Amino acid sequence: MTPAAPTAPADDQRTIYERSQPGRRAFVAPALDVPARPLDELLPARLRRSAPARLPEVSEPELVRHYHRLSKRNFDLDTGFYPLGSCTMKHNPKLHERVAALPGNARLHPLQDERRAQGALELMWNLQEALGEIAGLPHVSLQPSAGSHGELAGVLLTRAYHEDRGEHRTKVLTPDTAHGTNPATVTMAGYEVVKVGTNADGGVDVDDLRAKADEQVACLMLTNPSTLGLFDPNIAEIAEIVHGVGATLYYDGANLNAIMGITRPGDMGFDIVHFNLHKSFTQPHGGGGPGAGPIAVSERIEPYLPRPQVIRREDDEGAAFLLDEERPKSIGKLRGFQGNYGVFVRSYAYIRSLGAEGLREASEVAVLNANYLLALLKRAGVAEYLPVAYDRLCMHEFVLSGAPMKRELGIRTLDLAKRLLDFGVHPPTVYFPLLVDEALLIEPTETETKETLERFAEIVAAILREAAEDPEIARNAPYSTPVRRLDEARAAKQPVIRQPL
Amino acid sequence: MADASYPDGLLYHPEHDWAQIDGETATFGITWFAQDALGEVVFFDPPQVGVQVTQGESYAEVESVKAVSDVIAPLSGEIVEVNADLADAPERINDDPYGEGWMVKVKLADAGEQQGLMDAAAYQAQLG
Repeated sequence: MTPAAPTAPADDQRTIYERSQPGRRAFVAPALDVPARPLDELLPARLRRSAPARLPEVSEPELVRHYHRLSKRNFDLDTGFYPLGSCTMKHNPKLHERVAALPGNARLHPLQDERRAQGALELMWNLQEALGEIAGLPHVSLQPSAGSHGELAGVLLTRAYHEDRGEHRTKVLTPDTAHGTNPATVTMAGYEVVKVGTNADGGVDVDDLRAKADEQVACLMLTNPSTLGLFDPNIAEIAEIVHGVGATLYYDGANLNAIMGITRPGDMGFDIVHFNLHKSFTQPHGGGGPGAGPIAVSERIEPYLPRPQVIRREDDEGAAFLLDEERPKSIGKLRGFQGNYGVFVRSYAYIRSLGAEGLREASEVAVLNANYLLALLKRAGVAEYLPVAYDRLCMHEFVLSGAPMKRELGIRTLDLAKRLLDFGVHPPTVYFPLLVDEALLIEPTETETKETLERFAEIVAAILREAAEDPEIARNAPYSTPVRRLDEARAAKQPVIRQPL
Repeated sequence: MADASYPDGLLYHPEHDWAQIDGETATFGITWFAQDALGEVVFFDPPQVGVQVTQGESYAEVESVKAVSDVIAPLSGEIVEVNADLADAPERINDDPYGEGWMVKVKLADAGEQQGLMDAAAYQAQLG
């Protein structure tokens, strides 16, 4: 037997299209056992393809191997530690997959008559109630389908609220530590972004906020804890300033995992909150697939919520759940149908599994884990190269600066991140937030063991020792991944995003 | 350009921009420190010729593999030329920030503004 020609791509480099052979199939259709009918009776010619879709033609084993191969080229939460700051990569319990796959959930059709989908509507209503309680804001819409979509909904609600009162405001304030989606949302909603500075403790610069808050400001968008992983103790004063000029206060729920059951955005004075069900509430992240970014709002914002709303109505025959379209001041629909239902099932299963005390414990352990890992990384051998950017007790995540590492060892944060992959660890978020030089944003979450955190700290220390000996090792990492260091600049300038057929 | 450099003869703005004065016009670009902090630049979004720029305000955007950032005007004036070569070769901003990586030429509005800028030594002292 001779090996394949060395010029051919390795077998695992070939795409499913390159494996295609005309006529090959992964299944055999059974013989027709009903009367044949002409195609034109079933589907008019004008609605049919003139040529078949150019799908790959492969056998079942090749098809299975294709997906299996793709799954192995990915680094996922079921593979290893994934401390990607601000993303809350907590474990996705397998029980949730089982309940989402129950036929009544998985086979629900979006056009199902609401009288025949009472169980699903009840689940949605219960989830609305639970999220409202967690946020401290009573009115919830499940419709937005991502965190950024929830942000857009929140800013559109703000606009509707001001315009209903005859006010046309032009600006939205965001802190300079904000997630990039905040300014993007503001711009998309037609407002001008005005940045507010950060004080020496990593919180909002209250004097700067006071100087910029005027009658043209529609809203302040804030996360608390902030993107630096720090709780802003001035939140009551911030709320007072924002409300004092008639603006709304928007809570970006990205960092909700630090505070569930401990404090509530509504109690801090926020008007609008979005949740990332894929962060705090265990919907698997991934691949641009279905997400959910529900919003909770205060009484004064309620009239403008998207429609339809899931409502509960009680009469002589008992309680019924309905889709309420009669919302005259609503900003309207944000998408087709009612949102990504499978996400609601998983997040509702999570909330019911943990209960109020369990959610609180999850947040407490998330904060404890972050502080434990930070304490390990403050030890000699690491702290002199990767100092913490704001040295306070952190919440669920923290930021280190790789500036001394770059200066003294000659490796950048990017090099450290790539080298971590060789140890089976996903790198933390890097180069964000922007105001910290060579930033690493680390969020371990509550679902990791003490031993995993200790191993991560040991790996970081080992990479730094190795770099002191030979920085080239980290500079050329990774070595053990399906592909080596990618040329990010070329990928941005000359993206190859399709395979010509 | 591997090693830090801050040529004499240029004026520096604290937001990491340089200006080279030539009579009534000036050439603008970003400093070695700025390009190093950005990482590899993949796109430069220039202003239109004829646009007025204001000292301390953004006049263009650079996109690197890390982030999109505003470029701050060190002086006020009117854009008279942009470096068209950067459209195809934005990496020149990294390779030669004071030469082929120049960004715009500006007809200056107020010669007095130059008093507020730093020389190379003062700028480097600010970098620490």
